[in-house]
Amino acid sequence: MDKLSAVIAVSSVLFSIGLMAVITRRDAIFILIGIEMMLAAGNLNLVAFWWYGAHPELLTGAMMAIFTMAIAAGETAVGLALVLAVYRHRRTTQVDELNSLKG
Amino acid sequence: MNLFHLLPFVVIAVITLAGALAAATLSNLVHAALSLVLSFLGVAAFYFLLGAEFIGLVQVIVYVGAVAVLIVFTILLTRPLPGARKGRNWAGVFVAMAVLAGLLWALHGTTLPASHPLASNALTVLAVGQKLMTAYVWPLQAVGIVLTAALIGAVVLAMEEKR
Repeated sequence: MDKLSAVIAVSSVLFSIGLMAVITRRDAIFILIGIEMMLAAGNLNLVAFWWYGAHPELLTGAMMAIFTMAIAAGETAVGLALVLAVYRHRRTTQVDELNSLKG
Repeated sequence: MNLFHLLPFVVIAVITLAGALAAATLSNLVHAALSLVLSFLGVAAFYFLLGAEFIGLVQVIVYVGAVAVLIVFTILLTRPLPGARKGRNWAGVFVAMAVLAGLLWALHGTTLPASHPLASNALTVLAVGQKLMTAYVWPLQAVGIVLTAALIGAVVLAMEEKR
């Protein structure tokens, strides 16, 4: 097992843990945390394929990872602001209690 | 891959995945957020291991510094009511396991390209800056607009409403 496969295996496990957090948690904050873990796993893949790929001198994967981080940080800020706005109205962050559109 | 290279890899992988697992399962919200910080530090260490020191430092500054503080603030601002429902949706564990099995199966069946990492470190701050100002100047401007919009949107959403 070479090093690239090992890094990709670790990032696969990290992605699955993030997915598990998204599905099993009922708290909206932890759904966002799970999304962050999945994004970190994707970023890890980008950097690994850059470092072990064909043309590392072009910095393609590394630049992509930097842009992904910026987008992820913006996503977290907006997501947590949404959680705060929902909490102010409903006094809860549990997603399965936010069912007022349900018939 | 000899033992000298294997040992830091295994230690970092264990720290990252243990932190992530704790963040996904602990029921105390603040403890889970701090485990997430541990996991992010592990990912940053992976970036250092992969020769991307700049991205590792950005990971520490952005995630460990800013995002984790933001998450802890939100947790402290949104205390749940005493009668909040506990418990998890355990069917999600099986879904996550199935996805993991699919990913590892796909990885097992793929022949990855032969790796030829650079002899020296390519990701200097100078190289990143030159790339950002030449080939990636339009993506950089677009990210600037996205971050500005996200900042304004977050402030508007979190602002107290005037009655």
